[in-house]
Amino acid sequence: MLHEQELKTFVEGTTNFFEVAAQQPASIGSPYLMEGSPAVHEYTGVINISGKREGVVYFTAPKAMLTVLLMKMQENDFSHETMRDLVGEVANTISGNARRDFGRDFVISVPSVLSGEKPQIPQKPGLRSFIIPINWRSHSAKLIVSLT
Amino acid sequence: MPDSNGPAVNGNGKRSFKLMIVDDSNIMRRRIERSQHFEDLQLVGTAGNGLEALELFKKTDPDVVTMDLTMPRMGGIECIGQLVALKPAVRILVISALADKATAVEAMERGANGFLNKPFTDRQLNEAIADLMR
Repeated sequence: MLHEQELKTFVEGTTNFFEVAAQQPASIGSPYLMEGSPAVHEYTGVINISGKREGVVYFTAPKAMLTVLLMKMQENDFSHETMRDLVGEVANTISGNARRDFGRDFVISVPSVLSGEKPQIPQKPGLRSFIIPINWRSHSAKLIVSLT
Repeated sequence: MPDSNGPAVNGNGKRSFKLMIVDDSNIMRRRIERSQHFEDLQLVGTAGNGLEALELFKKTDPDVVTMDLTMPRMGGIECIGQLVALKPAVRILVISALADKATAVEAMERGANGFLNKPFTDRQLNEAIADLMR
């Protein structure tokens, strides 16, 4: 079961991503237990987790936030495909960085991306889902961590 | 594949390196391409997975490769072993989000020469590439 202490790994990974990739820190809110189906933004990057832990990590963000993030990364392609690429890469980076604490048996998939659709939260015994709110500039996004 | 074991030497006696970028993210490939500022490093191609990388490697004979690890079809760890078998002198910089030590050790044991974690700054990337070209 995912413990509150383990969420620190994902909070730190999210903080580090914005500090380094966007060169501007994000404000990370207190994680809270998710109940029901989460509200998502226009783009959601999905990483499936297998190995010693099972579950999913989602990064969901609005197009406006992703556009500014791309600008900060010196990118000048703002197409739908690039937005999809970016949410997948953010989800991949935060999940991959979590292996620093979870170890190599925390196996991450290649990213898949949802454009507007609600994610399917897996239903497994012992699985708990937390939402980590992310505020960056004037935009809000979420990291959703569902792990056994 | 051209018969080459190391970087070419130009008319000024300086070594000239050919670079291949391997990453399944277009954004990351462009980011790495934009960020590196070495006169003696010439981009010869980019690939989105290990299989594409092998094909491109045989055609372009790069000296320096940046390699993502988590990719579809063929991941970076397997690809590194195959590139090194084709050209033992190739220098490979792994650029990956996977931050555990065991993965870095395995990549180095397969033949990688450096490891840079994502996310990274332009300065970190340039320093890592400069280390590779020494």
